[in-house]
Amino acid sequence: MASTDMVRLEDLHAGRSPLSGRKHVLSILVENKPGVLARVAGLFSRRGFNIDTLAVGPTEDPEVSRITLTLDGAVHPIDQVTKQLHKLVNVLKIRDMEPEETVAREMALFKVSAAVENRAEIVQFAEIFRAKIVDVSRRALIVEVTGSHDKIEAFESMLRPHGLLEMVRTGEVALARGGD
Amino acid sequence: MRAADALFRSLEAEGVDHIFGIPGGANLPTYDALVDADLRHVQARHEQAAGHAAEGYAHASGKVGVAFGTSGPGATNLVTAIADAMMDSVPTVFITGQVRTDLIGTDGFQEADIVGITMPIVKHSLLVTEPEHIPEYIHEAFHIASTGRPGPVLVDVPQDLARAEIDYQPRTEPVELSGYKPTVEGNLKQIRLAAKAMANARRPVIYTGGGVKNANASAELRELCDSDKFPVTSTLMGLGCFPSDSEQWLGMLGMHGTRTANYAMDEADLIIAIGARFDDRITGKLSEFAPSAKFIHIDIDPAEISKNVPAHIPIVGDVKLVLPKLNREYQALQTDPSRLDGWWSRIRAWQNEYPLTYEPGTEGEIKPQLMVEMMHKVTGGDAIITSDVGQHQMWAAQYYGFNQPRKWINSGGLGTMGFGLPAAIGAKVARPDEQVVCLAGDGSLIMNVQELATAVNEEVPVKVFLMNNGFMGMVRQWQELFWSERYSGVENGPSPDWVKLAEAFGAGGLRCEDSADLEEMMIATLEHDGPALLDVRVSPRENCYPMIPAGNAARDMVG
Ligand SMILES: Cc1ncc(C[n+]2csc(CCOP(=O)(O)OP(=O)(O)O)c2C)c(N)n1
Ligand SMILES: [Mg+2]
Repeated sequence: MASTDMVRLEDLHAGRSPLSGRKHVLSILVENKPGVLARVAGLFSRRGFNIDTLAVGPTEDPEVSRITLTLDGAVHPIDQVTKQLHKLVNVLKIRDMEPEETVAREMALFKVSAAVENRAEIVQFAEIFRAKIVDVSRRALIVEVTGSHDKIEAFESMLRPHGLLEMVRTGEVALARGGD
Repeated sequence: MRAADALFRSLEAEGVDHIFGIPGGANLPTYDALVDADLRHVQARHEQAAGHAAEGYAHASGKVGVAFGTSGPGATNLVTAIADAMMDSVPTVFITGQVRTDLIGTDGFQEADIVGITMPIVKHSLLVTEPEHIPEYIHEAFHIASTGRPGPVLVDVPQDLARAEIDYQPRTEPVELSGYKPTVEGNLKQIRLAAKAMANARRPVIYTGGGVKNANASAELRELCDSDKFPVTSTLMGLGCFPSDSEQWLGMLGMHGTRTANYAMDEADLIIAIGARFDDRITGKLSEFAPSAKFIHIDIDPAEISKNVPAHIPIVGDVKLVLPKLNREYQALQTDPSRLDGWWSRIRAWQNEYPLTYEPGTEGEIKPQLMVEMMHKVTGGDAIITSDVGQHQMWAAQYYGFNQPRKWINSGGLGTMGFGLPAAIGAKVARPDEQVVCLAGDGSLIMNVQELATAVNEEVPVKVFLMNNGFMGMVRQWQELFWSERYSGVENGPSPDWVKLAEAFGAGGLRCEDSADLEEMMIATLEHDGPALLDVRVSPRENCYPMIPAGNAARDMVG
């Protein structure tokens, strides 16, 4: 007779807390078909999940697109989010990117008002952050910067005091390190 | 071959024998092709009803129900039925006409973005962009609707594409979709763990839902429950999957469930949830739901597991495949059923103390509960019963006593008034040899009463037993109990004259106002040749009890 006391009910535990408490980057491969982005975005709004950033683009396979989105695991149960996403027939694969094993990048363009006396300083910042000045006009500069989410935040906070006129950020894109 | 003809060849290949719908401009090609198709079209009188009829068909038969509507208003009329099928996981395919492709996006006549409108309420949807895709999309739609967790799939077909000529080749291979692979087998390690947990439980309860019906797993459920005489309860959607005349049956659980079922959940040490989703009508106040229990959760939809209540032993799989494995593992443990004796005596004590009862009526008064009991009697307890939404629905669930699956057809998740009559038509079409009775509410029936015309014209002999309390009874009850008797919008008044209305449609119409006549009138209605309606005047202000007020715990049941 098999031992039945191997599983005492007291010893059973429900899975880990649904809230991870950190930012998550989800990399979602979807079929490249009309309406797929609307399905993904609609699912988020219907279930009350808030997307922080979203980037969509082609992949090496013309029939597949990649949606990279970030959301806050402190307020959203990521498990439930990915399970709901998996139910969409056009969603092929979802990866909840492990921060240590991921290369994640975002690009941003900043338009700063740059009076002549400021310019040197801005150029200096740009050098430190390996940003590029991509447009120069009489009143403003456009600076392009690529990097991690945190780097871009840091760069933004440096520029702000100099009169940030406009900015645009792409939202993070990410790939897993290594060969798989 | 014309694409519209290929559409029907594909439907025929899927084994479709009945469809429900209404034509219009955008689906004229489809309706033209229908003339030569080898299936029966049941012409509904409202697209919503066509949709509910398709649902009733699916519920009764287990096959995919199909509804057709034209573009624009035809399609938007289908929306409620689509949402209903989504909430109750009903395998259905909705095929809508769409305006010509050159008009899409121009606000053309009768254009509505039905794919966009229904996106949150479909399992999947397909907009045809090439006529060659039509057969393939139909097969995909059936595959998705009927496998995994079933649900509605919409196929939107622009008019010009349905008219186009295509090179049609009957499909020979099964559908393969890379983004859609339901897990059906169940993880054996988890199943073993579940068996051991069950063997160690002292106060177990098996809690079943509509998933058991969808999986056609009543026999498998029965075997598992019988292995050690486990107590069994079910949601509204799962009624009949476990026989209500069994000694192990606790009655339905949840808001209008039995005290025994709810108290058993409250004190259970292990709850085995099978094809059920811990809806708020079941759990009441979530933080106080089954406070001493560990949970085994078996479901084909991984997203249901730990959605509302964290599972200790999750098992993703088809209930029909998982239950026999679980039973085998459990049997191997050679448990001692007498360990449940204490639990059973606690349960028996509740059953004795809190049976489902009601105050008998005064002389001649027809108590609604009596009406349901009489329905059981005159139908021999094994008719297919469809229902609308409200008190009558809950009384049917409490008092009819369902012993077989697919005999109880109602709108649980969405709670759609007006569901009952069209669903009965669909069920009767699917199972012509069964007695099909719609238990209707007076508020609900009028929402789709036009379907009496369908029943008469299409010769679908359904019977409507109208529980006429003159009120939107369930809402009236809430206003009485929780809104200080400030009644608002709940009186239905004397109109219509239901007997005349039924007769105007060409159906039989009868009225019963005295309990002494009830049995005889019910039999007369059942024996009427063709569709018939019995207007039963029940106690107008009876409340449905027991009840867990919304947001309360099982312990706080009233009535
Ligand atoms: C389409 C729709 N509208 C409104 C409601 C809200 N509602 C729930 S029960 C009910 C009253 C139903 O009245 P009736 O059909 O007479 O049933 P009774 O409760 O009287 O048995 C209403 C209005 C609903 N469920 N569905
Ligand atoms: Mg009523």
